[in-house]
Amino acid sequence: MRRRLAAAIGLGSIAAAVVASAEPPAGAAACSGCHPATTRVSSPVPRLNGLDQAAIVRAMQEFRSGQRTGTVMDRIARGFTDDEIRAIAAWYATQR
Amino acid sequence: MRSSRRDFLKFGLAATTSAALVPVPSFGQTATPRVVVVGGGFAGASCARVLRQADPRIGVTLVEANATFTACPFSNMVIGGLRELGAQQFTYERVAADGVVLARMMATSVDATARSVTLGDGTRLPYDRLVLAPGIDIRWGALPGYDEAAAARMPHAWRAGEQTTLLRRQLEAMPDGGLVVISAPANPFRCPPGPYERASLIAHYLKTKKPHSKLIVLDAKDAFSKQRLFQAAWAELYPGLLEWVPLSKGGNVTSVDASTLTLVTDFARHKAAVANVIPPQKAGRIAEAAGVADRTGWCPIDPVTFESKLQAGIHVIGDAAIAGAMPKSAFAANSQAKTCAAAVAKLLTGAAPSAPKLINTCYSLVAPDYAISIAGVYAPTGGQLADVPGSGGVSPADAPRAVRTAEAVLAEAWFRTITAEVFG
Repeated sequence: MRRRLAAAIGLGSIAAAVVASAEPPAGAAACSGCHPATTRVSSPVPRLNGLDQAAIVRAMQEFRSGQRTGTVMDRIARGFTDDEIRAIAAWYATQR
Repeated sequence: MRSSRRDFLKFGLAATTSAALVPVPSFGQTATPRVVVVGGGFAGASCARVLRQADPRIGVTLVEANATFTACPFSNMVIGGLRELGAQQFTYERVAADGVVLARMMATSVDATARSVTLGDGTRLPYDRLVLAPGIDIRWGALPGYDEAAAARMPHAWRAGEQTTLLRRQLEAMPDGGLVVISAPANPFRCPPGPYERASLIAHYLKTKKPHSKLIVLDAKDAFSKQRLFQAAWAELYPGLLEWVPLSKGGNVTSVDASTLTLVTDFARHKAAVANVIPPQKAGRIAEAAGVADRTGWCPIDPVTFESKLQAGIHVIGDAAIAGAMPKSAFAANSQAKTCAAAVAKLLTGAAPSAPKLINTCYSLVAPDYAISIAGVYAPTGGQLADVPGSGGVSPADAPRAVRTAEAVLAEAWFRTITAEVFG
């Protein structure tokens, strides 16, 4: 990602503007407090970048309904609507 | 690729330096929008990096006097002898590698009209948007007898570093059978569950190393964060060792005497062998100097942009902000920093910031292998950041011990993850 940004600067402001427009949807940026954005951290909490959108949506909905047991994710998932979950999942699916 | 980034950086630096000498132009006249971030903790360092990642055309300067950041989360493990201070310390090399210009100085004043920050050496940094992330300052004098000299005898250890080590050394030097007293302040203050995690980990140290000792928590409140979970754990792990005295039972400390390590309440005088005074606090000093702190000592903000309600063009994030239902925690600071960075990036281009959603997750260790948590989801509602109805809450009261152990593992993973995101 960082390397891509640097490349964008080299190619000019239009490319940079395209990169900058990929703003995370509401709530998405907060996830990386626990879900590592980098592969350099070892954690039992899964990395979300590049995960399948449907898999993230399913996990969030199951945490929210209580069908799936979580330690904190059940409490957090209950704060998001289906639309918000879909948007967050779609964004993470495109992140590397 | 590498050289192009260096050239860009050089250009950014040159623009900042020359602009400092001329009257401050408003954004639109400058080629590079300039953001100054004051304070290099979980809020400020995150915000500076995310701004650069959101839009590399933004010139970002991070003003921070210290070369090394010492993290407060997990510092109670250091006090309890379970971790070394070095594991809490981080530098800014990777922040700078993202193209953030570091100014290793104190910010001494802000001219909100001219839009510039003055540094300790007199340098003026002009900005289009200013982000203040100064954390907390101790409200010296608010507790009679507790001044900076007293803190050398009765450490607060509420800003991690030398104070953390001092409190640990005092506990290590204390003979078995000594009385340890913690004084906890009224709301609001940094890290609401912090005093009780600290009490737990000091109790763990006493139980394992000095079992004839006793710990008293004198509290200016009748209720505290994760209270039922803490009290259940104390009854299970530290019976007879840890006593919590609430406000209604005479817990409010009205003065201290550092020369005799005495804490005075309306009902009693407690002479301690080791005294940890967690004093009343306020937003870091620069907030007051910038005119963004209100009479409470904290900073009212807009819940969408984190822009000050008192001064246009200045945003306040982290512990210094009045963030509605969000607690003063490292996770909240990081979450706010990312929201604020996205809003600032949009405001600089004249776009409207979108309504955010924020999260907090806080773990507290009651023993090295026993943790409890609180989580929350927040959205702007009626001009405040409010809890999203139905979300959030604390760990279940009836969870088996395996869940507490799992949360202790998750707590450490959280620390590794968030510090890697902010400093790594």
